[in-house]
Amino acid sequence: MLPMAKQTNLFNAESTCSPHDLQCEAHAADALPRDSVLDSLTNLSSAERDRRAFIKLATLPCLAACVGACATGWPTLARAAGSSPAEDSRFIVEAQFYEKLPFKKTRCKLCPRECVIDDRERGYCGVRENRGGTYYSLVHSRVCAAHIDPIEKKPLFHFCPGTLAFSVATAGCNVNCKFCQNWDISQSRPEQVRSNYLPPKDLANLAQQNRCPAIAYTYSEPVVFYEFMRDAADAAHALGIKSVVVSGGFIQQDPLKKLCPSVDAIKVDLKSFSEKYYKEVVNGELKPVLDAIVTMRKLGMWTELVYLVVPTLNDSDAEFRSLAQWVKSNLGPDVPLHFSRFYPQYLLKNLPPTPMQTLDRAKAIADAEGLHYVYLGNVPGHPAESTYCPKCGRNIIKREGLTVQEFHLKKGKCEFCQQPIAGVWS
Amino acid sequence: MRRRLQSNRRDFLRTCAASALLAPGTRGLSPFFSAQEKTKVVIARDPLLRGSGSSSDSARLLNMLDRSMQALFATDSPLEAWKRVARPGEVVGLKVNGLAGRGISTNVLLIQLVCQRLQDAGLPQKNIIIWDRLNDDLESAGFRIVTHPDRLRCFGNETLGYEEELSIYGSVGSCLSKTLTQVCDVVINLPVLKDHSIAGVTLALKNMFGAIHNPNKYHLNVGDPYVADVNMLPPIRQKVRLHICDATTAQYEGGPSFMPQWTWPCNSLLMSRDPVALDYTGWQILEQKRAEHGLKSLRELNRVPNYIATAADSNHRLGTNDPSQIEKSEV
Repeated sequence: MLPMAKQTNLFNAESTCSPHDLQCEAHAADALPRDSVLDSLTNLSSAERDRRAFIKLATLPCLAACVGACATGWPTLARAAGSSPAEDSRFIVEAQFYEKLPFKKTRCKLCPRECVIDDRERGYCGVRENRGGTYYSLVHSRVCAAHIDPIEKKPLFHFCPGTLAFSVATAGCNVNCKFCQNWDISQSRPEQVRSNYLPPKDLANLAQQNRCPAIAYTYSEPVVFYEFMRDAADAAHALGIKSVVVSGGFIQQDPLKKLCPSVDAIKVDLKSFSEKYYKEVVNGELKPVLDAIVTMRKLGMWTELVYLVVPTLNDSDAEFRSLAQWVKSNLGPDVPLHFSRFYPQYLLKNLPPTPMQTLDRAKAIADAEGLHYVYLGNVPGHPAESTYCPKCGRNIIKREGLTVQEFHLKKGKCEFCQQPIAGVWS
Repeated sequence: MRRRLQSNRRDFLRTCAASALLAPGTRGLSPFFSAQEKTKVVIARDPLLRGSGSSSDSARLLNMLDRSMQALFATDSPLEAWKRVARPGEVVGLKVNGLAGRGISTNVLLIQLVCQRLQDAGLPQKNIIIWDRLNDDLESAGFRIVTHPDRLRCFGNETLGYEEELSIYGSVGSCLSKTLTQVCDVVINLPVLKDHSIAGVTLALKNMFGAIHNPNKYHLNVGDPYVADVNMLPPIRQKVRLHICDATTAQYEGGPSFMPQWTWPCNSLLMSRDPVALDYTGWQILEQKRAEHGLKSLRELNRVPNYIATAADSNHRLGTNDPSQIEKSEV
């Protein structure tokens, strides 16, 4: 059994927890967690525990030493909220992808929306601003959420299972999903949320101090903090730390291709398989997302997909089948596909949680289409949280919630039948 | 017990009947409208507003303001008109538009005169707040930030922040400025007459984007239906009592940023209690000016502000965009 830590908040609770977190299903994929570093210290500071005791506490936040390191390192970082304009300059870097237009306008070339932005205005994401005809990111090193999460929470099931990801976010998002569980940061401007100054090298050092083999850019939408993510990923690689991206995949080809060498895995939230849904529920477009996923695979990026099943809106058999067929023919059968359970959130509180029968139906359809790794998410205890060998059918990675209970792979192969299992295992 | 129930039922039926009789004539949200009454848009002009200089003459601007108020409220006394906007003890927020800096933001002199008239009408200065999205915007438009509670205040939304809970209507989910929700009893909306390169025009309805935390999310589809939906959020719908569009200087292209080559000294004020009628009227003025300068219409450029029609539809009923129902009064 691999010990698994619960997510740990490295900010004080008020910086990231919202009333919405309290409503969240505890296992919701990459919802902002509630636990704070203070809770962790309370649980673990009384004595150094032996291994047996530690395993018993596998559901508690991780190593006391890790938390201690965070607790001593973190408060030294300056608070961004309420900072003066001069201090804000720490967060501002010129955007890497845009073009200058006449009359001091700019056109953003980072995401497919291609916002044309007047002087003193911001793009749809709310974190990029035109100042006198030059376009800036306002969120470099401006971290509004930082937690230590299991990598399974992203969810990435075929990427270093049982390990921890130092997970960070800034404000902002380039879409506006009606079901967003982290809307209080994703749909806010950076000055509207409390943030900390955390430059790339410091972030990499914190991840290392906390024995996290990976940094996850997550919770909001990392595409909008692209420059920070890329710099941080490079700083992390210099220390031997991997980077994983949790994204909607709404990004232009050029920035995506330049990002891929710096990161190690991307989990894409494929919100639906219909343009109508993308337009009405997501405020985005499907085609650029599909193109981006294909590019990721072509570039050899480890990619997993999550599909949040929203009752009545994207839960038809036809859509599940079209999705599975597209994945198989464009990405191959080894790309994991996670069907995730919806809980009422944000602007979609009028819908019920996804019925279990719907999730089972989605999995059955995707299995029948020949996908090798189809999972169900946000349903702790369900057998479809585990990984089964596509050849012998044995349970090779047994999961319970976010915890890996059993692991039967050796050198990337099924321990029972030697079938290679796609993924990044070390 | 039985008699009491019957009495309640009778009262209930009476109330329902009264509501049904009132409903067809009302515009839903505003206490100012009544059945069959045309909505009034007052346009005050003064070709000599600037004299020989570039800035407005204070006495002439005050005269325009007074004439507009008197015409709109059908009274001989400007003070009487102002008293109908704000009652004693109420806190009045002046929602200006300072985004574009001094060139094409709400005229500071106009705001000074509105404050003067509100005080003349009996409102203490501590009950007046000049308010916009950001302190930076206000300062760049020529205002000075003042937060002292005993003085006439002027500050951006960041001073008090935003509500944590979402306000939701239609396509919109936003956190509202606490200045609006917790401080102001009444809002006087003071936009500028100008073009908007995404939303078509930015006048009374669009100016309320300055009351929400996420305006960047609502410029899609030329702002339709988002602009109308934002104006349906209860604190906005209930508190905005008057719209005074500053057209002393106006801009017919290149907005919302200041583009001096496309501004002109319009020397006017547009005033209404109906934001839809005011927006429709202002939009026509901008279209006319575009045509005079050989520019394509907003329709040809695919940026017709359809949100104005949406604001008038049966789901919103924020006012009228029907020219036959708009009484334009030039003073």
